[in-house]
Amino acid sequence: MAAIELRRAAAVPVAPRLERRLGRLPLHLVIVVICALWLLPSVGLLVSSFRPPQLVATTGWWTAFHPPFEFTLQNYRQVLSTYNMGTSFVNSLLIAVPATVIPLLIAAYAAYAFAWMRFPGRQGLFLVVVGLLVVPLQTTFIPVLHLFVQLGLAGTFLGIWLAHTGYGLPLAIYLLRNFIGELPKDMFESALIDGAGHWTMFFRLVLPTSVAALASLAIFQFLWVWNDLLVALIYLGGQPSVAPVTVTISNLTNSLGQGWQLLTAAAFISMALPLAVFFGLQRYFASGLLAGSVKG
Amino acid sequence: MDRLWLAAAVVAGIPLLLVGYITLAEGAVSRLPGRGSGWIRPWLWLAPGLFFITVFLIYPTVGTLRLSFLGPDSTRPVGLANYVFVFTDKSMLVALRNNGLWLVLFTLLTVGLGLLVAVLTDRVRYEAAAKSLVFLPMAVSFTAASVIWKFMFDYRPPGTPQTGTLNAVLSLIPGFQPRAWLINPPLNNVFLIVAAVWVWTGFCMVILSAALKGIPSEVQEAARVDGATEWQLFWRITFPLLGSTVAVAITIMVVFALKTFDVVYVMTNGNYDTQNTAFAQYEQLFVNHDFGHAAAIGVVLLIAILPVLAFNLRRFQQQESTR
Repeated sequence: MAAIELRRAAAVPVAPRLERRLGRLPLHLVIVVICALWLLPSVGLLVSSFRPPQLVATTGWWTAFHPPFEFTLQNYRQVLSTYNMGTSFVNSLLIAVPATVIPLLIAAYAAYAFAWMRFPGRQGLFLVVVGLLVVPLQTTFIPVLHLFVQLGLAGTFLGIWLAHTGYGLPLAIYLLRNFIGELPKDMFESALIDGAGHWTMFFRLVLPTSVAALASLAIFQFLWVWNDLLVALIYLGGQPSVAPVTVTISNLTNSLGQGWQLLTAAAFISMALPLAVFFGLQRYFASGLLAGSVKG
Repeated sequence: MDRLWLAAAVVAGIPLLLVGYITLAEGAVSRLPGRGSGWIRPWLWLAPGLFFITVFLIYPTVGTLRLSFLGPDSTRPVGLANYVFVFTDKSMLVALRNNGLWLVLFTLLTVGLGLLVAVLTDRVRYEAAAKSLVFLPMAVSFTAASVIWKFMFDYRPPGTPQTGTLNAVLSLIPGFQPRAWLINPPLNNVFLIVAAVWVWTGFCMVILSAALKGIPSEVQEAARVDGATEWQLFWRITFPLLGSTVAVAITIMVVFALKTFDVVYVMTNGNYDTQNTAFAQYEQLFVNHDFGHAAAIGVVLLIAILPVLAFNLRRFQQQESTR
């Protein structure tokens, strides 16, 4: 294939090649414009978060590139201490880590049973799981909230861990069952002959061979919970002591109004971790998101 | 300090608890005499999962259905009154209209732009870089995306320097008067949709691009040899071959458009006629404390999503039969 293209390129004389290059100019132009459009809003945010308040209020963020180059860390210091973003960042971690670990392990148990055990109702039950994938969370809030209020779980981390576990499970079970079901049958048969029980097969065979799938799913679930606003609003309410970053930012947009230097700094703090995941683990990130997109 | 203890307890405790459960369950089952163990084992592995799914999805869905026929405090039956409210109340009608707007515009723009970027970048060498730029917003929360775009659409009175990017750029045109983009209905809805499109286009692009790479290049080469223009090639060959992936992308976008909440909540707080059904439900729940209305809205959303649910089930069964 490459050889053919090489020969073709060599055969084309210089002038038509230039013409072809020029003919492709609109293509490059459209792509560059789209990329610029996609990048611009984030750049504006990032630049503004480092500018002094009086400049943010009176001049556009693009003027930061003219002298005098005035930048400051003051906005970050202020939102982290005075405006609760520091506490919220820790809250987000405290919410998202357990809300990722619990559903993943529980889903792996269920997926293992669905994939490698025979029992009556297996197909039907799995169909229910597939159906539940797109059930809107809005259909579940009120009874669960009643339940939480009765049990004293409203406004607690435990409550929101359990809720995210319930909401994350259908997708996790669905994906892991598909993955674990594809593992080679011989592996299980030879383990059985060696006298391995289900416990050993699950922890010694299934989990180690599913690391990639588990990592993608873990990243998806973690970012889902980290970026979630609605579930936190419903079950945690607005108390600052338990509010994750998303809730705190949405409160700030109401109370700060035009305090853009603070809002942009707060928004960037909430984006730092997802962006690190995006750049550091891009492969797992993409596959996790693609797999997870069927979730409702 | 308390929080540190909590963190430590959680990180060590939760996995220990869950592994402990299955270890105990397996230990108990393997001690059962012969036949019983085979029957009960799968259910022990499924039990935690089924418990959570029942408590957080099945039970509340049935509960919401019941509550939707009861009054604000869930005590007396009101028949269909809550549903009549959903489809006649003035503010609800605006919310439903906005959902329709989101459904059409958001889906069209994300899938359309995603397809455009996938097809265009397929022809250049810096494809990977361009694609990850467009995909990047997928990492960001809608809350942060809303702040980003609220800032883009920021408005200052005419005569003062515009700090919002859109107004500043348009002010370069002579005679342009800066506008408050997020205030004037019904056009303000479009600007909310733009923020969400910015986030989700990358997703459509990635799945469509993957499908595009799956089309054998011989097919396209053959058409080129037969003298097809690039335009014909796309509409007669590439696009039809992408059909099923486009359908999947559309269903995912439709589900999102129906239930979207964050962008409306953060960018306008549902003001200026930008509320949608999800936002209206939140308001019924936490401002009006009317559980009947809120439940009916939840049921309406579920019904709207049923066709997608059916589509998913059918696709799943097709996949299973070809496994």
